[in-house]
Amino acid sequence: MESKLLTYLIFLPMVGAVLIGIAGKGRDGVSRWLALTVSIGTFAMSVPLFTRFDETTAAMQFVHQVPWVETLGISYAVGIDGISVLLVLITTLLSVLAILSSWTSVTNRVREYMISMLLLETGILGVFCSLDLFLFYVFWEAMLIPMYLLIGVWGGERRIYAAIKFVLFTLAGSLLMLVAIIYLYFEHGGATGTYTFDLMVLHKYSVDADSQSLLFLAFFLSFAIKVPLFPLHTWLPDAHVEAPTAGSVILAGVLLKMGTYGILRFCLPLFPLATAQYTGMIMVLSVIGIVYGALVAMVQTDVKKLVAYSSVSHLGFIVLGIFAMNEQGMQGGILQMVNHGISTGALFLVVGMIYERRHTREISDFGGLAKVVPAFSAVFLITTLSSIGLPGLNGFVGEFLILLGAFQANLTLGVVATSGVVLAAVYMLWMFQRVVWGDVGEANSKLQDLSLREWLVIAPLLVLMVWIGVYSDTFTRRTEVSSRHLIQMVQTRQMAGAGKSMADLQLSETTIAGRTSTRSVGEQGK
Amino acid sequence: MFEIDWNILLPSLVVAGLVLVVLCVDIIRPDNKGGVSGYLSLLGVGVAIWVSLSLWGRSPTHGLGGMLFLDNYALFFNLIILAGTGLTIFVSTGFLEREEGGRSEYYLLILAATLGMMLMAAGADLIVIFLGIELMSIALYILVGFFRRRTDSNEGSMKYLLLGAFATGFLLYGIALVYGSTGTTNLREIELAVAQGRVYTHPMLLGGVALLIVGFAFKVSAVPFHMWAPDVYQGAPTAITGFMSAGPKAAAFAAFFRVMVASLGDLSGDWSGAIWMLAALTMTVGNLGALSQRNIKRMLAYSSVAHAGYVLVALVAANERGIAGGVFYLLAYAFMNIGAFAVIVALGRKGDENLEISGYAGVGFRHPGIGLAMTLFMVSLAGLPPTAGFFGKFQIFSAAVEAGYIWLTVIGVLNSLVSVYFYLGVVVSMYMRQPVGQAHAVSMTPFARVALLTASLGTLYIGLAPTSLLQMARQTVSALL
Repeated sequence: MESKLLTYLIFLPMVGAVLIGIAGKGRDGVSRWLALTVSIGTFAMSVPLFTRFDETTAAMQFVHQVPWVETLGISYAVGIDGISVLLVLITTLLSVLAILSSWTSVTNRVREYMISMLLLETGILGVFCSLDLFLFYVFWEAMLIPMYLLIGVWGGERRIYAAIKFVLFTLAGSLLMLVAIIYLYFEHGGATGTYTFDLMVLHKYSVDADSQSLLFLAFFLSFAIKVPLFPLHTWLPDAHVEAPTAGSVILAGVLLKMGTYGILRFCLPLFPLATAQYTGMIMVLSVIGIVYGALVAMVQTDVKKLVAYSSVSHLGFIVLGIFAMNEQGMQGGILQMVNHGISTGALFLVVGMIYERRHTREISDFGGLAKVVPAFSAVFLITTLSSIGLPGLNGFVGEFLILLGAFQANLTLGVVATSGVVLAAVYMLWMFQRVVWGDVGEANSKLQDLSLREWLVIAPLLVLMVWIGVYSDTFTRRTEVSSRHLIQMVQTRQMAGAGKSMADLQLSETTIAGRTSTRSVGEQGK
Repeated sequence: MFEIDWNILLPSLVVAGLVLVVLCVDIIRPDNKGGVSGYLSLLGVGVAIWVSLSLWGRSPTHGLGGMLFLDNYALFFNLIILAGTGLTIFVSTGFLEREEGGRSEYYLLILAATLGMMLMAAGADLIVIFLGIELMSIALYILVGFFRRRTDSNEGSMKYLLLGAFATGFLLYGIALVYGSTGTTNLREIELAVAQGRVYTHPMLLGGVALLIVGFAFKVSAVPFHMWAPDVYQGAPTAITGFMSAGPKAAAFAAFFRVMVASLGDLSGDWSGAIWMLAALTMTVGNLGALSQRNIKRMLAYSSVAHAGYVLVALVAANERGIAGGVFYLLAYAFMNIGAFAVIVALGRKGDENLEISGYAGVGFRHPGIGLAMTLFMVSLAGLPPTAGFFGKFQIFSAAVEAGYIWLTVIGVLNSLVSVYFYLGVVVSMYMRQPVGQAHAVSMTPFARVALLTASLGTLYIGLAPTSLLQMARQTVSALL
């Protein structure tokens, strides 16, 4: 299925950014409306990806491939499958909401802000759609700059520190990944004679067992920082707290998913043997992350920081699900990537709304909001419950599947991880209680309830929470074949690898004398 | 009697002729009223570029008694050098008038240096390379001290002269030892002598090679021979600093690569370890040194040391991809670095060059075009996609991995990580810090605008559509391997 739809989708926001650059000078209104129009257009364009998605195949769809640097085997290749389709949609949706949410909260340098938002969208969409390692890397790093500017220019007090920390952490991982990409390119080229960065070709190649381990670590480090997996998470609270609301929404909702997506797309299929080797360690780390994130979230006094740490915990669940390496876990992981985008995106939006009114995020500054702003409180409640994983809302489905998978993979870890669900209820509900119930303080007594614009921002997410909670089949149907295919692919490779090493072992036992003599001859020949 | 193949001389001849013409103009109009010298120089540089391009792709020859090569390698470097010169002249108009009053010998010296560089790239004999280096260096000594009334300019010039003289001594001694052991200074004959084992004593040859490496390392400002760079870069007129970091560095590398790979390639087992150390040290010390700089010219001086380190990685690899990558990188570097210096020139004011990085606070929003361009150059220097710097580094690191130097590559990418901090520091200052004091109007001459635009577009173009230039870089390799 050949189509240029994805290419238009990826670059439409960029075109919009250029338009704003030209037309928005000194006219904030124009910048806002243009950005909104473009992002809605991008979202509308992404809907057909969902409706016309062929859920019976694990192959790439909507593929568009043109040579880029032919001499090096670099091509511009984009396409999506069941793993990425939902992520593309959540990206386009959250971008619209993020732009809408900054309508009144960003009044400073609106044009540049909107340009950064749209460029960021292009970068993220590129990451999720790239089917060429080089192209993927270009988007992966290019997207850093707009995010860096968003945090650094429109962020809070310690924004510069947070912005630089964000960039350096991410780059530390991704530069090593670049070395691994190059190494992979030469290994594949040396073994097969075709030098290419084409992921679909590389997927068919079994990477040499000896080099898998280091290559896996180089890729995984980069993704683990992005996720962020414990203990690489320290950039996240800083970035979240300092970023403007829309930045946090995109950061939590989409950017973190680039890490888990990268694991699914690159680490597992390219290095199945190393995956098997490190699965235990990674599962332990993700469970530590689940519990640690939850415990630290519990003691936060700043709402935004609390939500940031809850992300560490939730992303731990996703990684756990992926490395459970069974269908439930994988499906749950993919669904939870979307769920976390919805719930945490919504939480950051809600926090942003209250911050805009009170200019504080300290939990102790609030109380009794239910009496003053009932609609807001209701929305906040639903969002909180969705984040906790209440049955009937989206979070439950994902977490349940993940835990189902985790229990099959490792009982102990499954049990410990489940405590994360309990702890989530503790820190979220406790926070909710302190903010929304209780006595109304002087400062909070005159707050305005949700405006029409704010309803528009939050409503789509509420609908999705209920939709996924009640009828997740709409979404899981589309991810099912791809995730099953991925697991099969990894397991067959692992089997083949194990078989090969068994064969090697037997061979070396029986013909040990013969082999040593040939080797020494070979070395002399060298 | 032998036939002279004039094509071999043609590119250098154009520039040599240009030097003479500008010299005559200088006699007639020493104050350079109306900037005639500048226009003439630009025209001549354009012609030289055209000549170099029209000679592209011929089968490699050498002539004039084996003194000069005519091959794609030399022509490609001609393009880098001439592009650097052209951009510098564009940047210099307006800058000179603002600072000291324009004088035509400025252009004369730039062109003389350019001629020297072209001879370095085309030299087929150590003596020619040496002459090229001297021609270039002497012109540069004067240019660095061109602002006669400024102490830092004089200081830089003096330092450069003294250390440059040292480097020359090393280089000459090296040439002498190589001559002593092989009986020739001709590059092709050295190659033959080494290949056939016709050397007088091996240790003497190796001593010569070591001294050659030291001499060249001085010229490309590799650690530990980089001490001159920060002071000279800071003291020199800003446009000249940009000039020095592009053309002369490229030319020094042109000769360095040709001597090491083409003539002494058979000895690579002996020298590649040394270059490995040199590369690792140069990258690391350059980047760490740049971290603490507050003056942007000094920061870029250390950065230029670090970038020499990246190119040295290509020399360590010394394979087809490596040479093409190194050549490609030097082209990319010329665009992004001169671009950065064009911005520095534009943000300076008469009597206040505004060189503190903290002085750039607010520039990004006050002058969106300049801010955007500077961001692009910084991102490219840091080696982030989708820019020329990224693609160049990608090529070099690929070559190193291909040749099996994984750890050197890892050192290289970790260095890139360090460098991101100080390059983005400029962006932080431009966009994220509150400006202090009044906004200053920025006046750029149309020429300076053209330079800035060309450098920006070049940086983007090389990053996004590198195919054709990469192809050209690949075609230079056959001259060496």
